[in-house]
Amino acid sequence: MTESLSTRGTSARSSSTAAKPVPFRGGGFRTSPIPWISPVVFIGLIAFWHWGSTSGFIPALVLPSPGESLQAFINLFESGLLWLHVSASLQRLLIGWTAGTILGISVGLFVALSSIGRAAIAPLVAAIMPVPKIALLPLFIIWFGIGEGSKVATILFGVFFPTVISTFGAVDNVDRTLIRMGQSFGLSWSSIVRKIIFPGALPAILSGFRISASIAIILLVAAEMIGAQYGIGAYVLLAGSLMATDQLIAGVAILSALGLTVSYLIGRAERYFLGWRT
Amino acid sequence: MDLSLNNIHHQYGDVNILSDINFDINSGEIVCIIGPSGCGKSTLLRFLGGLERPTSGEVLQIGSPPDSCLNPLTYIFQDFALLPWRSVEGNISLALEDHRIPADQASAIINDVLARTKLTDFRKALPRQLSGGMKQRVAIARALCVNPAVLLMDEPLSALDSQTRELLMDDLVDLWTREQFTACYVTHNLAEAVRLGHKIVVLSRRPGTIREIVEIDTPLADRKKDIVAMEQKQEYLWNLMRDEALAADMELTDD
Repeated sequence: MTESLSTRGTSARSSSTAAKPVPFRGGGFRTSPIPWISPVVFIGLIAFWHWGSTSGFIPALVLPSPGESLQAFINLFESGLLWLHVSASLQRLLIGWTAGTILGISVGLFVALSSIGRAAIAPLVAAIMPVPKIALLPLFIIWFGIGEGSKVATILFGVFFPTVISTFGAVDNVDRTLIRMGQSFGLSWSSIVRKIIFPGALPAILSGFRISASIAIILLVAAEMIGAQYGIGAYVLLAGSLMATDQLIAGVAILSALGLTVSYLIGRAERYFLGWRT
Repeated sequence: MDLSLNNIHHQYGDVNILSDINFDINSGEIVCIIGPSGCGKSTLLRFLGGLERPTSGEVLQIGSPPDSCLNPLTYIFQDFALLPWRSVEGNISLALEDHRIPADQASAIINDVLARTKLTDFRKALPRQLSGGMKQRVAIARALCVNPAVLLMDEPLSALDSQTRELLMDDLVDLWTREQFTACYVTHNLAEAVRLGHKIVVLSRRPGTIREIVEIDTPLADRKKDIVAMEQKQEYLWNLMRDEALAADMELTDD
């Protein structure tokens, strides 16, 4: 069998054309990390922006130069207001997001695990979920006051609904055979929830955190635009109404840094809690 | 402790899955259930451990399990059902945690079952690091740690390759030879049934009824040597099942 194959192979090679390697067709859809590209793009963009501002290609009225924006940031830092703004914002973000997440996970578990919860709350969540929470801010101001309460409540509500939905979906996707295994060993209901369902749902809950955290930052800025003395949103709004575009850019850069930090922290949490995945 | 199945009948909607099932599982014997695919053998096993209820009939527990027994009816699943976020040790201790066993006693139990399943060196490993055969060993260790009166095994070797299956079959024979445990073993593999079963319950295709109960008297430890006789038994079982298997293969399933 092998002999006949090999003789056929050699005869074919001698009779027709020369041998050539089999063409490779497996490439193209697998990306590989190139670490130096992103700093080059970032620095390149800033350099272009700087060149544009100094050469007059970008008028100062349209966009302040990177140097001016940096100067605005340094001024803010030296005046001591930077910390006041950032700490006010961080506090609202932290309280609102944490409370919204804890409530969201609890209600999500309840909705996923009880037939009554599923029937009663799931449609309610679906109905309120698409409402932009910022539209409710005036109501929140009436309910919780113009101070911190209404701002935290806006963030809390904004975080709550997506967390309920992601927890609900995550619990539904936990491997049924693991739950049946728990039952077959006579584990109590609460043991099954704590030791099988919750850890099994954690990957999807944590990826839900990325969405809820970015929603929280968006709502933070929006809420701070009404009746806030300190906060990054208040700073950006004030800069905007004074047409101080250099300060506006500095504020936007702070928000971007905040977002990156949050996403970095969630990445760390994922690596810590989900090390078992691979 | 013995188990007895009395007139088990089961249907989903108006499809009959099982009807008129009667047999006993006596203490210290391994009962294999074989049958064509979709004949309800796994469903039957779920009735045995109380994970599901038959439409009519009952599963009786005769006598009470010994006091040392933490979970009288314990399953070993085809897909292992290990928690991927827990180590080998953690997966085994899961079965003990709800029983309020003192920590030193629990770790003694875990050490013992790890040694019996040759897993001592792997106690800190996560399931994803283990091969299929190792994972099933962990599941066996977890089942042994609750000192079950009856082991309920749902095609425990079907997800493994044939070499690993052979090794684990030897392990199961060793385990049984050292300590005569009681088991109900569902499989579609006739070789496994012939190697491990004291009693082989042959089910017909849907609705599953008992075709025949075949008893094999050769002691488990001697079966590997007695290849000819085992081949004959296997041949006999295959003749019982062939037409059923063929017909089951041609069936359309709705569920």
